[in-house]
Amino acid sequence: MKIGAPKEIFAGEARVAMTPDSAVQLKKLGYDCAIETGAGAAAGFADAAYAAVGVEVIKTADALWKACDVVVKVRGPEEVEAKRLAKGQTLISFFWPAQNPDLLEQCKSKGANVIAMDMVPRISRAQKMDALSSMANIAGYRAVVEAANNFGRFFTGQVTAAGKVPPAKVLIVGAGVAGLAAIGTATSLGAITYAFDVRPEVAEQIESMGANFVYLEFEATQDGAATGGYAAPSSPEFREKQLAKFRELAPEMDIVITTALIPGRPAPKLWLADMVAAMKPGSVVVDLAAERGGNCDLTIPDEKIVSENGVTVVGYTDFPSRMAAQASTLYSNNIRHMLTDLTPRKDGKVVHNMEDDVIRGATVTYDGAITFPPPPPKIAAIAAAKPKPKVKDPTPEEKKAAEVAAFKAATKSQVTLLAVATALLLLVGAYAPESFMSHFIVFVLACFVGFQVIWNVSHALHTPLMAVTNAISGIIILGALLQIGSSSWLVVILSAVAVLIASINIVGGFLVTRRMLAMFQRS
Amino acid sequence: MSIGIVSAAYIAAAVLFILSLGGLSGQESAKRAVWYGIVGMALAVLATVFGPGVGNWFLIVVMVAIGSLAGYYVANRVQMTEMPQLVAALHSFVGLAAVFIGLNADLELGHMLALRAHGGDVSTLAGFAAKLAQKDAVELSMLRVEVFLGIFIGAVTFTGSVVAFGKLAGKIDGKPKKLPGGHWINGSALALSVILLLMFFNGAGMWTLLLMTLIAGFIGWHLIMGIGGADMPVVVSMLNSYSGWAAAAIGFTLGNDLLIVTGALVGSSGAILSYIMCKAMNRSFISVILGGFGGTTGPAQAIEGEMIAIDSDGVAASLNDADSVIIVPGYGMAVAQAQQSVSELTRKLRAAGKTVRFGIHPVAGRLPGHMNVLLAEAKVPYDIVLEMDEINDDFPTTDVSIVIGSNDIVNPAAQEDPNSPIAGMPVLEVWKSKLVIVMKRGQGTGYSGIENPLFYKENTRMFYGDAKKSLDELLPKIN
Repeated sequence: MKIGAPKEIFAGEARVAMTPDSAVQLKKLGYDCAIETGAGAAAGFADAAYAAVGVEVIKTADALWKACDVVVKVRGPEEVEAKRLAKGQTLISFFWPAQNPDLLEQCKSKGANVIAMDMVPRISRAQKMDALSSMANIAGYRAVVEAANNFGRFFTGQVTAAGKVPPAKVLIVGAGVAGLAAIGTATSLGAITYAFDVRPEVAEQIESMGANFVYLEFEATQDGAATGGYAAPSSPEFREKQLAKFRELAPEMDIVITTALIPGRPAPKLWLADMVAAMKPGSVVVDLAAERGGNCDLTIPDEKIVSENGVTVVGYTDFPSRMAAQASTLYSNNIRHMLTDLTPRKDGKVVHNMEDDVIRGATVTYDGAITFPPPPPKIAAIAAAKPKPKVKDPTPEEKKAAEVAAFKAATKSQVTLLAVATALLLLVGAYAPESFMSHFIVFVLACFVGFQVIWNVSHALHTPLMAVTNAISGIIILGALLQIGSSSWLVVILSAVAVLIASINIVGGFLVTRRMLAMFQRS
Repeated sequence: MSIGIVSAAYIAAAVLFILSLGGLSGQESAKRAVWYGIVGMALAVLATVFGPGVGNWFLIVVMVAIGSLAGYYVANRVQMTEMPQLVAALHSFVGLAAVFIGLNADLELGHMLALRAHGGDVSTLAGFAAKLAQKDAVELSMLRVEVFLGIFIGAVTFTGSVVAFGKLAGKIDGKPKKLPGGHWINGSALALSVILLLMFFNGAGMWTLLLMTLIAGFIGWHLIMGIGGADMPVVVSMLNSYSGWAAAAIGFTLGNDLLIVTGALVGSSGAILSYIMCKAMNRSFISVILGGFGGTTGPAQAIEGEMIAIDSDGVAASLNDADSVIIVPGYGMAVAQAQQSVSELTRKLRAAGKTVRFGIHPVAGRLPGHMNVLLAEAKVPYDIVLEMDEINDDFPTTDVSIVIGSNDIVNPAAQEDPNSPIAGMPVLEVWKSKLVIVMKRGQGTGYSGIENPLFYKENTRMFYGDAKKSLDELLPKIN
């Protein structure tokens, strides 16, 4: 089958759904690959680069749509593209089925199978094809870069000969994938980063990225895991509390990056006009939710404005497209992973398995029917956050007390052991003959010496240790030697055999030990 | 040679043996220490041969010559991967020798007593029998107990080691097998032996001794048959210990202090090794010997995620990007004979300026310290081969961990799942490194049959195939 990627026709879209690298991987799955002339140009992938790895370059979009069994795209199909769909053709792209019911109806009537990359369920197995996350990651990074570009100062604090520069303070609202990426980028630029999220269980992730979690004292906080890892709308009381906290923070913050989205709803207004007014001149607000109305009151989608008090509000909606090369690489990998799952036999044939949780979840039209919304996934989404009992670090006094107790316990067990051993020895001594006792003393002392010596043997030399103890346990040859002079022929034979096998032990054991030890070399 | 000189030689030999074992505390001093052992053994044997009461010199020379040749041949031929088998075989020899010497002691005893009963002149007796003739009644009773014990331990060691050898060499199926009745049979056999001891002590004659030898042989066979392949490190060290105790018991029988000292040294060495191995598996000695894993206390935690495969290109790319690498080898590396390829990989990565180290779990392989010997054979420098405790803290700062043919020793369930059968066992924390590459033949569970959540972790990639083949495929791709 043939997979084709047309040129994106949405205005300003620079990404492409197939890169030369992903085409190589798709070919390994048994597919032929095709691309429309100039499809990768905006993302920095020339037609020649595609041709070099054996991708067919097709002149017009029309011809490509006709020639390919599977069409991969970034943006959902435009009107004109949807018309080109044929029965049985597979389309893989972002789709937003809930927002585009007409488009969905149109694709259904065409009989095409549409896989919406934005509908991939959030389960561990599907992470490699989670295009929303890979795009959000880029958006989070880019948001910080845009903020830095519009911010007239350093992010990191410096002490220079010319004077001291304070570090920038950055607040990230919403610690989803984009938020976490923004935290990582901001902290690595040296800013002091704060982050807020309605889901308390992400506090650990926020702190692991190097930001301070902004705590909100509130009783009934929600468990994000119940809603598939996304945030849900919050109660009015909670919202009031949250806004009060933001008002308190606003005057201190130099950069605010808002990423709060609730699935299937307009973005919540979190950074109100009065907060912008409270910020210092030269501060920057980057609103990653601009496409869905924006988290900030002042946001105008796709534009950058400056407020009356000199605060820049960035409302771009195309952050991933602004890093088209990176975004295309990651998106085309997501597509490639999706196709890997669709091609279980790696024979270049799509098997649209509607029993598979991931494929079923992402498919919005199949075989002339609308299959959206999907049934709830069989596997629970991202693991529910379990409240972890806090392990208190022991205080120095407690530690000392524990050490003393351990020492006392060790002394006690040692003394008990010695007492029992002494009693046993006395018991043996009371009954055994004198000649036995003299040998017994030797035996006990030898055991004692053995224990002391063997504890010091390096773990790495345990095999040579076994070989050398093999050799010296050949000392049993002495017993056979003492008996071999006997007048009984049976005794002579038995002891002769014993001498023989003990010699094997001695010679074999020592030689193999020597051989092994000679191998150990320092670098 | 007078008895005094012989004793002096024995003292020197005992001291040399202790120095020989003590020298194994470091790789360099060990090379000298083995010579102490050789000199000690030569002194002891020569002093005995030329000492009082030894005859049949011609026979001794012939037997020692044949034995030495056989030993020389074996020591030079053995592959390092076959060391566990060799060690087990050598244990069985000590056990067998102990049985023979014990039987001899009883034969001589019977001989001497018969002569005495017929009013013969016991002073005409030669060698060991002459020594026996000087003992009084209490000492002779004590002697019987010692003979009995020496033979018992010797026979258990002999058959046990033969079974261990068979399992390690793959001649016997490595899976635990028990007769119906399991340890009850062993228990009754032991009880029967005690009864035989009492009968023998009261002069029931040689047949009790022979019957006991058979029973002890059965116990050794049945006990080790019931223990699985991966518990072999404990079994081999335990048999090592037994071979020592057998020698010590024979030393008591013969009244020979050097035998007692050496037997005790070897016995305690094996006992400590067994202890270390058991601790490394967080299991009691008894539970290992009785076979099987401890009971679980509840259902195992469900494992989430999937195993993600990787090919040699992917592995090569991640290794080329990495700065620090830790390799964790296991028995699978020995089975695949992959140590040379591992060494070559290490050499290449080190030549590219990367930090490469090895993490060795105490029970990796089938013999304590087995992995160290294999890596040493493949010329991996020993100072980059570290113990578990030395390296465990370094995993979080490591870019890539490579797990080669090991399973349970890198199982995070030991720490994360209190219901796991191996809960609490110390493990190498490979999953804390940024990327884990697991080289494995297939998707099955390990020896213990426990699922390994490591394989399902997000940062784990499975590199399927025979370890040696996979590595040879990988090597040209490392630059």
